[in-house]
Amino acid sequence: MSKGFDVRRQPGFSTIAIACFVLLYLPILLLVVYSFNAGSSIAIWEGFSWRWYVSAWENEQVKDATIRSLVLACSASAVATFAAVLAALATTRSKPWRGQTVVFAMVNQPLMVPEIVTAVSLLIVFAAVKQVTGYTGLGFLILAHAAFCIPFAYMPIRARLQGMDLSLEQAGADLYGTPLRVFRYITLPQLWPGILAGSMLAFVISLDDVVITEFVKSAGQDTLPTYMLGQLRRVVTPEINAISTALLAISVVMVTGFFFVNKARK
Amino acid sequence: MSETAPSAPSASPGRRARSERRNRWLLLTPAMVILSLAASGPLLVVLIYSVLTPGDYGGVEWRFSLDSWFAVVVERDFFTEELTLADAHLMVFWRSLKLSLCTALLCLIVGFPTAYFIATRPARRRDMWMLLIMIPFWTNLLIRTFAIMELIRNQGTVNTLLVASGLIDEPIQMLYTEFSVLVGMTYVYLPLMILPIYASMERLNFDLVEAGYDLYANRFQVLRRVIFPLVKPGVVAGSILVFVPCLGAYVTPRVLGGGKQLMLGNLIELQFGQLRNWPLGAALSLTLLAVVMVALIFYVRAIGQEGERDV
Amino acid sequence: MIEISGLTKTFGEGQSAFTALDDVSVTIRSNEFFTLLGPSGCGKTTLLRTIAGFLDPTRGSLTLDGEDLLSKPPYQRPVNTVFQSYALFPHMTVAENIAFGLQMLNRRKAEITATVAEMLELVQMTALADRKTSQISGGQQQRVALARALAPRPKVLLLDEPLSALDFKLRKEMQLELKRLQHETGITFVFVTHDQEEALTMSDRIAVMNAGTIRQIGGPRDIYDHPAERFVADFIGDTNFLQAKILSTDGAQARVRLVSGGEIAAQTAADAPVLDDGASVTLAVRPEHAELCAPEGALLSGRLRDVVYFGTDTHYHVALDQNETFTLRRQNQPGQTQVWQTGDHVGLNIAPGIPQILKD
Repeated sequence: MSKGFDVRRQPGFSTIAIACFVLLYLPILLLVVYSFNAGSSIAIWEGFSWRWYVSAWENEQVKDATIRSLVLACSASAVATFAAVLAALATTRSKPWRGQTVVFAMVNQPLMVPEIVTAVSLLIVFAAVKQVTGYTGLGFLILAHAAFCIPFAYMPIRARLQGMDLSLEQAGADLYGTPLRVFRYITLPQLWPGILAGSMLAFVISLDDVVITEFVKSAGQDTLPTYMLGQLRRVVTPEINAISTALLAISVVMVTGFFFVNKARK
Repeated sequence: MSETAPSAPSASPGRRARSERRNRWLLLTPAMVILSLAASGPLLVVLIYSVLTPGDYGGVEWRFSLDSWFAVVVERDFFTEELTLADAHLMVFWRSLKLSLCTALLCLIVGFPTAYFIATRPARRRDMWMLLIMIPFWTNLLIRTFAIMELIRNQGTVNTLLVASGLIDEPIQMLYTEFSVLVGMTYVYLPLMILPIYASMERLNFDLVEAGYDLYANRFQVLRRVIFPLVKPGVVAGSILVFVPCLGAYVTPRVLGGGKQLMLGNLIELQFGQLRNWPLGAALSLTLLAVVMVALIFYVRAIGQEGERDV
Repeated sequence: MIEISGLTKTFGEGQSAFTALDDVSVTIRSNEFFTLLGPSGCGKTTLLRTIAGFLDPTRGSLTLDGEDLLSKPPYQRPVNTVFQSYALFPHMTVAENIAFGLQMLNRRKAEITATVAEMLELVQMTALADRKTSQISGGQQQRVALARALAPRPKVLLLDEPLSALDFKLRKEMQLELKRLQHETGITFVFVTHDQEEALTMSDRIAVMNAGTIRQIGGPRDIYDHPAERFVADFIGDTNFLQAKILSTDGAQARVRLVSGGEIAAQTAADAPVLDDGASVTLAVRPEHAELCAPEGALLSGRLRDVVYFGTDTHYHVALDQNETFTLRRQNQPGQTQVWQTGDHVGLNIAPGIPQILKD
């Protein structure tokens, strides 16, 4: 007998879906594969080798950009997460209050305003500040990154807070816990997965940013993505693939981690 | 006054509300300071810059002028002072609009069946399929664009394979065309289409689909008359979510368009780079922002519709 | 006429296989109100969905007026369903919902308009034709679901517990309404329910199902008065079971001796195998089919354990002398005095021919 009439089936949909998954991963997969190419082509396979990883490792510019990217991502995500935790505590689980629309609009602004617009606005302001103060350090980048990382850190923390049982904190307060102690011993331990998820997301977002970094950075302040963007104008060697693969690996680990941290709380 | 009344510390509701308010703003301070300095504040500065006069070597002179706003759409002839439409700008606007719409459409064609596919998997498997969609999305946009570039360049995988198989004699020029920008944007923004459609699909009541079949609708009619209208809010949301970043795209058209296929984002960058016309760049940025805001209003309305109705 | 024969549906395979329908054969006549009655998981919904086309049987055949249905997808079967959840399209108005099936059948515009108007009239929903389905009450949604399924004039209307979501009063109303609609349209109704009262009220014939099989088919009166086996007797209404031995048989009648020693004429099930004299059997007696009397000379006797007043009637629980219990029901009359008290020694009489001999 036939398999029967499946109401969920639509002809061709599964084929398109599978094709979609293949097309989604095929380019990335090829990119990773050619990072191990022994030859200097990114289309003709000449055997396996680590040489492009070695050459990237020995490239002073790459080393420089890597360290800058990591320092930037760490400090920006730390600052953003700190600000996001406090903001989430202030904005969750309370009745509507005056000014909340403005606050929400500000927190979400980096998600809504096109990156290029934010980038040129920062260029304008920071250029003026740089001229006046003479300071051209990493501070500008950290500030800019922290700003657009805030909504990404804020979302999972707020979601976690909203799902939390209020009575636990009330019980804590009832047992003579001062607000600060209640936060330290009751709220924070429960909030932890949200904070972890939020900071991971912020880290990935900062690490991957191109546009804002490109406009804000002072001379010689390349991060890995802006370095790559510059390199793409020249003849591309698998060295770029090697750098990309390393960056990809970090992102995939972080995102998968985020997924499981997020899932565990349900 | 209540500061000096320690006898009943928590008795006055007014006092408690006030201290709650103070705590709230205290907690909000770090985020608000960072965002004002590096998001909202600079945006206001852009507004000011857009009505100033361009400086000779970049920057601005502090003289009020609406010229930049006019320059967004019209051009003044250098010698005759005659006004004509700014063809170059309109071309870029048109290309941005066209490519963004096409990208949204292409994403819909691929994303709709994919979201449907995921939503019809067993419940415990769906998360895994969605993770597979989300992983590429959270990885570096530049890297994904670069991956597409490697695929379609003249010495890239596709052309190499085609030449090797004898189908073509010479590589097809795909890179640095509108086609390559379209493919690239579809590739990088596809997850933004799948996500909201999937959210709608997952809530789809398959009793309604059964009712459709029971009432003599065939597969296509059920899709068109039952499933599609029910998940339409998700489709609208997804289309806008793709459309908005496409409109402001910078990296993808720069890498895959190679400076030939300028989009709005690249045009804005040009004003701050080579052309040194910061006020015009500011005016263009705000034009882009305005269009995006309008699109987002539609987005919010689509999401609202979704909530109202139990699909 | 729907002819179902040897229909079997197995879900899963190997160890975890579950047989939802086990060799079901039944003929549903044209223009009848046919009810599938049984507890949840008995296979009644599986059978309904098989007729609708949403499930394919593992084995067996299914024809409608001699035409094979199994080879057709749901949208080619002249059969419509009223879903338990109603499944009204939320993006359409009441009228659009009703018109949907007709549009899919490519009927002419004028005909669709006329039929929709007629259907709205039939279910008294004309005033609400342009409402969205989310803006009407549950009872109204029920009517729209009915009208939508009736509009294409199917040969068979399948109803999957359509009244279960309604409150008691509305349910009573809709039972009569459904009966009226079936009568007016002349369409065959196949109605699924687990509510025996609903089944008895509305049906022309009832098929009682259990564990994937049909246990008994018959008219409501038939099923109630002459349950063929313990499951049917137990599932429909309240029943007293008494052990007895066959003394002699004569066609559908048999003379039996109860454990108490009393003898009485009893009815055998229509398709029961011939019973040997001396065989042990179980008798079923409805609570209202017995009468209380003085213990002397009564068929059964025992102690009255409980008297429970129910408004319309009173239940008497009697502990029989032979370690069995018997529940008896009597309708209350105005001005009636309570003759029997708890603790009294009472007798029970049953009219000859009333007890039903069960097959198992």
